[in-house]
Amino acid sequence: MFLAIDTSLGTAVAVVEDDGVIAAQATSSDPRGHAEVIGTLIQRALAEASVDASAIDAVAAGMGPGPFTGLRVGIAAARTFALGRGIPVIPVASHDAVALELLLFDALAGGFQDAPDEPFAVVTDARRREFAYTVYRGLDADGLPVRVAEPALTPRDDLDGILETGSILRRDAEAIPAGMLGLVAARAVAAGRSVASSDALYLRSPDVTMPHGPKKVTPAAAAGAGAADGGTR
Amino acid sequence: MNRTEPLVLGIETSCDETGIGIVRGRTLLSNTIASSMDEHARYGGVVPEVAARAHLEALQPSIEAALAEANVSLSDLDAVAVTSGPGLAGALMVGVGAAKALAVSLGKPLYAVNHLVGHIAADVLTDDGAAIEYPTVALLVSGGHTSLLLVRDLTTDVEMLGETMDDAAGEAFDKVARLLGLPYPGGPQIDRAAAEGDPNAIPFPRGLSRASDMATHRYDFSFSGLKTAVARWVEQRRDAGEDVPVGDVAASFREAVVDVLVTKALNACRDYDVPRLLLGGGVIANKRLRDVALERAAAAGVAVRIPPLSLCTDNGAMIAALASELIMSGRPASTLEFGADSTLPVTEIQVARA
Ligand SMILES: [Zn+2]
Repeated sequence: MFLAIDTSLGTAVAVVEDDGVIAAQATSSDPRGHAEVIGTLIQRALAEASVDASAIDAVAAGMGPGPFTGLRVGIAAARTFALGRGIPVIPVASHDAVALELLLFDALAGGFQDAPDEPFAVVTDARRREFAYTVYRGLDADGLPVRVAEPALTPRDDLDGILETGSILRRDAEAIPAGMLGLVAARAVAAGRSVASSDALYLRSPDVTMPHGPKKVTPAAAAGAGAADGGTR
Repeated sequence: MNRTEPLVLGIETSCDETGIGIVRGRTLLSNTIASSMDEHARYGGVVPEVAARAHLEALQPSIEAALAEANVSLSDLDAVAVTSGPGLAGALMVGVGAAKALAVSLGKPLYAVNHLVGHIAADVLTDDGAAIEYPTVALLVSGGHTSLLLVRDLTTDVEMLGETMDDAAGEAFDKVARLLGLPYPGGPQIDRAAAEGDPNAIPFPRGLSRASDMATHRYDFSFSGLKTAVARWVEQRRDAGEDVPVGDVAASFREAVVDVLVTKALNACRDYDVPRLLLGGGVIANKRLRDVALERAAAAGVAVRIPPLSLCTDNGAMIAALASELIMSGRPASTLEFGADSTLPVTEIQVARA
């Protein structure tokens, strides 16, 4: 049985059986406050699935992309939960969960027609006037969404232009379905495949400003004649 | 749960050290620290996002290393402890998320505690085995905080007497080092430069020490005016085309910091009639601070306690030690309903008590 945790948007936790049946989901849509709710959501998901922690055999971790501060809470939680039980962490690209949900829904809604798979982009808010997006097309033989392009960031205004060029449908997501994250992990494990890196998908370097020389504190007029020759700076 | 000698794992991620500590009662079994200090060096100070990323990567290996050193397994634990605050929000959240999931996974109680009170609790782990005597004044000095506390009881009664109004003392060391062209972290660099300097060469100001300040900020600190005074003094020398006597500047600056720290701490001891002073925080590594504190405390009849340096800098053992004290005094665990609180007041020794 899988415990799935994602904090790349809100906070989402699910318990998923090995055959992909979603036993329980517990979510909070608060885009902040991940650290506040993560413990209770894990507890609630386990309780709703009527299992305790010892029933979990692997933890699916949503690796992003997503705003850093929240994203880390879920990854940290997935790692320590797994450590506590001595079980593996299965890293999953968070957009894969959305893609799988869309593809499964389309398969149901579309009946049995064998329509060719259209490329589509899962799009999430990356803050700072940027979107994070990943392009998919259909499911592979293992039932996993096929990533045509890896997760990337783009200025919000540029996204539609980029997608149009490739005739890619835009599918915005407000939340990551943890049950689907667990299902991606279950299918990956069943197929003996690794589907994501175990590094957080930050897609951005940390914000840092390199220090300049110390700022001058002496008012120019008070600095005296010596300032005229430029001092040491 | 064993309440006589609980086995506790503590997680500390409030700044740039990922600290994992394991204690049994008051016995230290492991104090594992992974620091991201080197990554901050080129920025001249702690970059919160860099620190938080480093915590995420260091947590699991640090927990594993601590367990190996303590020769215990997670299932042996009586409780998990974590710093809820104060500190850098994004950094704290990594520890909080990790601690909650670990506690749920193990089915063990979780104690969410105050970082500053943790610094005091570090003293119970010192080898001499002597319990902290109450009340005691505690002076905590680091790159993140400068606080003067009155501790009547570690688990129930800690009062903030004063704290810095602007920079922490450690930050002042970093900034002055930078304006003298010395690398980060500034403390050891200033110390090295000061060795050849005269501490009385330049009369730098003592922040919040004038009679008028002492009425309202008797136990508060301010280092930003001192930093500006040093900058101005150095600039004027440079602008006049003179050499800057780095040793004298470093020694005089350090003396101003040490003087105001020790003076205010001993004022508190005298005012509250408390003949005990506990020192904590990374800046306690500064030998001049220790020497002046010991010398002037002795003259004032105040006994000074200084935990080993590895327990003075931020660490997980102090967090485990505080939780252990809470457990031994019969306190219930925290619920899971708490977050990272970057400004957690020192009166909140444990958060989210059940
Ligand atoms: Zn500290």
